[in-house]
Amino acid sequence: MSVKVEIKSERDCVSAVLKGEIDHHSAREVRAEIDSYIVTYQPEKFVIDFKGVTFMDSSGVGLILGRSKLLKECGGELEVRNASASVKRVLKLSGIERIVNII
Amino acid sequence: MEIINEVKFVMPSMSVNESTARAVVSSFVIQADPTVEELSDIRTAVSEAVTNSIVHGYRHYSGKIEITVRILAERKIYIKIKDRGCGIEDVKQAMEPLFTTAPEEERSGLGFSVMQSFMDRLIVRSKPNIGTTVTMYKRLG
Ligand SMILES: Nc1ncnc2c1ncn2[C@@H]1O[C@H](COP(=O)(O)OP(=O)(O)OP(=O)(O)O)[C@@H](O)[C@H]1O
Ligand SMILES: [Mg+2]
Repeated sequence: MSVKVEIKSERDCVSAVLKGEIDHHSAREVRAEIDSYIVTYQPEKFVIDFKGVTFMDSSGVGLILGRSKLLKECGGELEVRNASASVKRVLKLSGIERIVNII
Repeated sequence: MEIINEVKFVMPSMSVNESTARAVVSSFVIQADPTVEELSDIRTAVSEAVTNSIVHGYRHYSGKIEITVRILAERKIYIKIKDRGCGIEDVKQAMEPLFTTAPEEERSGLGFSVMQSFMDRLIVRSKPNIGTTVTMYKRLG
């Protein structure tokens, strides 16, 4: 598989740590893992950690927006952390910073 | 324009081949000595075009995707991605930022905007029921 997802729960913060390349093919798996966590635990705050992401295209924007929407429906909020310079350039083009917290 | 080197390959429209296409293109283009950023731009643009062929072009039936990459004189990179899928009714509209025909699949209508801003030139030719060809150029610094 081209991507790995690890969900970490620490005190007041839950995060999905991603490793690998995010495209349309790999996004499916990431989406399924994160959504099952959100629906089950309904966290107030959820972090997607991009530290280990070496590639992302527009499929990643759809992935982030979709999780942000689901979290809002469950009363929570999404934060994106540690995006690399190349991931940030795709995020910037999408204007997603106006909707999702990008740190 | 003079072709210094060229690679052509054909793959079936399976989503696992999105990363195959990126890997083949970048290992070929690397001989033109791109910067890390230039290579990342090219990989992203290729990923967008190939994903569009898989997600949209071959939505109802599978088929083949043909990719041609050339290194031209003056460090110009040429990339052509061709499918024989459903084609696009209105190319101008499809290329508008945020336009998508698949919002329910978490597509956000950014693929063409990414190709346009990460490459120097983007040409899209498409005919309904015939297919789509995306041609892109990038001049390495
Ligand atoms: N190869 C293709 N064959 C058929 N239709 C296409 C093709 N490429 C693009 N399209 C059409 O053009 C639209 C816009 O494409 P674009 O890549 O900009 O956005 P998207 O694929 O919908 O979303 P995103 O790329 O952000 O996931 C698509 O929704 C689709 O209708
Ligand atoms: Mg697209």
